Amino acid sequence: MLNNILMIVLVVMSISLLVCFIRAIIGPTMSDRVIALDTFGINLIGFIGILMILQETTAYSEVILVISIIAFIGSIALAKFLERGAVFDRDSN
Amino acid sequence: MSLIAILISILAILGGFLSLLGSIGLIRFPDVYGRLHAATKSATLGVISIMLATFLYFLFAEQLFMGKILLTILFVFLTAPVVGLTVSRSAYRIGVPLWEQSTIDELGKKMNKSKKKKKEKTAVE
Repeated sequence: MLNNILMIVLVVMSISLLVCFIRAIIGPTMSDRVIALDTFGINLIGFIGILMILQETTAYSEVILVISIIAFIGSIALAKFLERGAVFDRDSN
Repeated sequence: MSLIAILISILAILGGFLSLLGSIGLIRFPDVYGRLHAATKSATLGVISIMLATFLYFLFAEQLFMGKILLTILFVFLTAPVVGLTVSRSAYRIGVPLWEQSTIDELGKKMNKSKKKKKEKTAVE
């Protein structure tokens, strides 16, 4: 019973990932794409969490930590790059 | 089904539903700020509940306390609002338009005021 429910949740999460991917492709501005890819990363964490329960393994626990950190850093860096044209500001004013 | 399996199923179904809701909001809202509003909150809550289900499963089915999953929950909970704020501010500054039916733009008024003040300062100098 638990296995069937987890399979259904896995299908729902993959539909959600597909929808995020569509927004990342058609997004009219660059900010739309940044948001869509950030949401894609967050949904991927949930997807891998369900996969961990289904396969009864703890091997993916580092993977989810790294994906969450990389999604955060990538979104912040892209937002700063879009705003100023550079990730790090060289001049102090 | 034992009680803990029912709890895990409820948390997983809730998480999947909230993630799907966030994605539907991402594709249905008319402008960037509305999409951010949908994606940042709903998807975060969904992922937190799914990771809680994973944590409970490994705690009760295999007697394994996994601190890394709790760390992931804390990290997602802390960083999702920061990402929302930064992306929306950069979108506003590079001139992404609001929805044409939105009526209030308070940040625009404030930014115009501060721009005028800066101009006057440089003119005086």
